[in-house]
Amino acid sequence: MADNQENSNGATDNEILLEVSNLKMYFPVTSGIILQRKVADVKAVDDVSFLIKKGETLGLVGESGCGKTTTGRAILQLYKPTAGKVMFENQDLTQLDNSSMRAMRRKMQIIFQDPYGSLNPRMTCGDIVGEPLKVHKMTSGKGEYRDRVSELLSVVGLNPYMGDRYPHEFSGGQRQRIGIARALAVNPSFIVCDEPVSALDVSIQAQVINLLEELQDQFGLTYLFIAHDLSVVRHISDRVAVMYLGHIVEIAERNELYENPLHPYTKALLSAVPIPDPVVEATRERIILTGDVPSPMNPPEGCVFHTRCSEMIDDCRAGIPELREVSADHWVACIRSEGY
Amino acid sequence: MAKLLEINDLKTHFFTQDGVVKAVDGVSYDLEEGEILGIVGESGCGKSVSALSIMRLVANPPGRIVGGEVLFDGVNVLNLSDAEMRHIRGNRIAMVFQEPMTSLNPVLTIGRQLTETLELHQNMSKNEARDRSVELLRTVGIPDPESRIKDYPHQFSGGMRQRVMIAIALSCNPRLIIADEPTTALDVTIQAQILELMQGLSKEFGTALIIITHNLGVVARYADRVNVMYAGKIIETGTAEEIYHNPKHPYTIGLLKSVPRLDEAMKTRLEPIDGMPPDLVNLPAGCSFAPRCKFTNDHCLQETPTLNTVDGHHMSACFRFSELDELTKAAS
Repeated sequence: MADNQENSNGATDNEILLEVSNLKMYFPVTSGIILQRKVADVKAVDDVSFLIKKGETLGLVGESGCGKTTTGRAILQLYKPTAGKVMFENQDLTQLDNSSMRAMRRKMQIIFQDPYGSLNPRMTCGDIVGEPLKVHKMTSGKGEYRDRVSELLSVVGLNPYMGDRYPHEFSGGQRQRIGIARALAVNPSFIVCDEPVSALDVSIQAQVINLLEELQDQFGLTYLFIAHDLSVVRHISDRVAVMYLGHIVEIAERNELYENPLHPYTKALLSAVPIPDPVVEATRERIILTGDVPSPMNPPEGCVFHTRCSEMIDDCRAGIPELREVSADHWVACIRSEGY
Repeated sequence: MAKLLEINDLKTHFFTQDGVVKAVDGVSYDLEEGEILGIVGESGCGKSVSALSIMRLVANPPGRIVGGEVLFDGVNVLNLSDAEMRHIRGNRIAMVFQEPMTSLNPVLTIGRQLTETLELHQNMSKNEARDRSVELLRTVGIPDPESRIKDYPHQFSGGMRQRVMIAIALSCNPRLIIADEPTTALDVTIQAQILELMQGLSKEFGTALIIITHNLGVVARYADRVNVMYAGKIIETGTAEEIYHNPKHPYTIGLLKSVPRLDEAMKTRLEPIDGMPPDLVNLPAGCSFAPRCKFTNDHCLQETPTLNTVDGHHMSACFRFSELDELTKAAS
């Protein structure tokens, strides 16, 4: 099953498309009205490293405020990262100037979470999908432009005649398809999918997920799939990274992570996912985490999870555990986990 | 057990410029003391409006309850005066809303919002109300309630605010709590906390609970009975086990199949329900689900199905429910 996703585009398994190393994204907190002083940092992403192979889908999961969206945006340089490197096709994106970055954006696109807020209400669906073509001067002449827009709309399952309609005339699922068509317009190789289905109804979610998978097969796309729904991430991803409070706490191949989670946070997260089956639910053991996620402005000393962890020992407060490979391609950042 | 709530043929329509939106169109169900009922459906299926109708909180205009009755403890609340209704709202039927961010008043302390209800409905003195509020906050698991009671909503996290909402709902020992998507705005780990809490409290105080949700998984663990709604109607009702293990409506089957499950083997492709939910202004003739259904025949297009008994209390509004097992087999 995973094979048809990984190898459908003929890419070799080990070709690395994107490598993120020690990425940090801090947002300053200022105080004062006229003279703004920086009083603290919100450490939205703190020392995150991972890589994405060509043609694969890396799922990035975590709760709200854990920094998963910020990671996606910092990779695309929509935020200027505080520190770290983002290597894409052997170029460090953080070092590029604006015009080379703009050229680079042709290869990397994003699909946003909110299909209502991410489309300009005053542009027709056709103009929205066609705008990237104009920006990157990818078509010559009106005829070719029109043909390409129609083609894009039909690729995502919309009728080309819908190009003249405005966003408010579409349903949520259709709007998300417009967003996908816009991302595909420039033939990107890498797409950040930022919660692409969480705003959609259950019966529509499956349609959009299937579409994303079909497009991946068809165009050999690489996805960074950001979501909080662990069942959806399991379905679509080849590898999965779990984030908590700005840190990646575990990263592994999909089946390995779901069958053999090592980090206490991953375990709790998986056990909290409801399963639509009362009989299974009745016998399932649930780890209920106590308390809330701490503020990223003032993260706890040592392991950021220790305040909610049931396996906490004194050493957990001593230092931030680094991500270590404990078995083949299974990385975890917990001193209490087996083999660490 | 005695029937606490009995809803008969409830109809709530919205009169808009584009036409009449039949948000709730002939819904009937009942609820026993201490029972937990799940109402499942997608956005626009009328699940929230049906709950708001019980509380008579539907905005008028454009909305109006045009028919049916809502018997609470044997009294039709639709016939009560506004003053009598105020005595029921928050006192005997309480509601927990989806958005813990916007349903608390930002300029009043948590304590004031709790004591307000208590002073109004229970005629408590200021001091009594304060003591009871502290106790309630402790019941719902808010640490250090004596000092948190002086805090404002923005000083609480989403999960904590939802706990405050639950505390307010519990404050007058209501017989029924309606929770409209109580965990949708919350993270999974917090969701689990809140649902465990609500179930525990329902058991402890014998409060009946209606949980409205679009997530089939959420109610599986907690609901005794489940109603599935589509386009303003209940299309299937039964115990949680019947609905999840032996669904007898193509929509319920479709919903269950379209979500990936953590405990199931991986599928290459999900099986979505084709098409889109219908426009409630122009509902198709016959069964509303017919345009999206794989097993539609002429009968479905001409006549609107009503709930038919499958087995005991398990009912389905599908003409072909008895053939569904074979049809599904043949289709796959």
